[in-house]
Amino acid sequence: MTSYTVGIVVFPGSNCDRDVSWALEGCLDIKTKFIWHESSDLSGIDSVVLPGGFSYGDYLRCGAVARFSSLINSLHDFVRTGRKVLGICNGFQILTEAGFLPGALTNNKNLNFICKDVELKVHSQKGGWFKSFIDKNITLPIAHGEGRYYCDDYTYKELLDNDLIALKYIDNPNGSTHEIAGILNKEGNVLGLMPHPERACDKNIGGIDGEFILRNLVKY
Amino acid sequence: MSQFLVKVFIRLRPSVLDPAGEAIKSAANKLGVDGINSLRIGKLIETELEASHENEVKEKIELLCDRLFANNVIEDYEYQLEKK
Repeated sequence: MTSYTVGIVVFPGSNCDRDVSWALEGCLDIKTKFIWHESSDLSGIDSVVLPGGFSYGDYLRCGAVARFSSLINSLHDFVRTGRKVLGICNGFQILTEAGFLPGALTNNKNLNFICKDVELKVHSQKGGWFKSFIDKNITLPIAHGEGRYYCDDYTYKELLDNDLIALKYIDNPNGSTHEIAGILNKEGNVLGLMPHPERACDKNIGGIDGEFILRNLVKY
Repeated sequence: MSQFLVKVFIRLRPSVLDPAGEAIKSAANKLGVDGINSLRIGKLIETELEASHENEVKEKIELLCDRLFANNVIEDYEYQLEKK
């Protein structure tokens, strides 16, 4: 497993990149490599994480500018090879803006920045991301001001028909369409989540439900 | 080449909740202004650009709007242009 390398993309304004690295290296013994957003070189990278933060200051819309980076351009080919990509929070916003995932994320219904642990229901087993959690609820922290997932009825039906809804909030904190907290692409290798699994990888600081999700970045 | 001034208006689609607009509407009521039936917040982008003719400006602006200025999942746009 030590040769397996997870690339963590660093944009100007990313602030969860080191948390993801700590969780993967320190808690799971998975090798990581930081990749600056201007690079298009994903050679030797087995999975990619787009971390949380405020890429490009969230100017215009969250993730709107990041999608034009060299790295995101090369990510299209990377995804086509079937390798896994996890977008967390701002990373999820970038994945929707760049068209890897359907829908959009916009400001929370109550306009507050919400930072708390939330209970979530695992809905899809696609891609093997949640294989430890069949029919279980999990608890992960959220920390966002613009995490309200929105999609139209047609897109929602597509999500349902293809089993692409990964996670739903039990107590919808931000007003997301149909309580959606995370979705997958049709192939199952791209996952976008508003909750932060990297902040739930140590039982001493808030649980380990995130550890199992991050562990599944690695294909056994 | 001619210079053009373009104003792009970006609005949340009617089906998308605008909580910030609701908050401003509430504040407007507290200011004592009544009769406000709806209030929604959008964005205005002003840009000056050069092009050989008006159709070229439209092509550029529509590309910018579709790919960058607006997210067509949640937003609509329209624009006005004038030759300087």
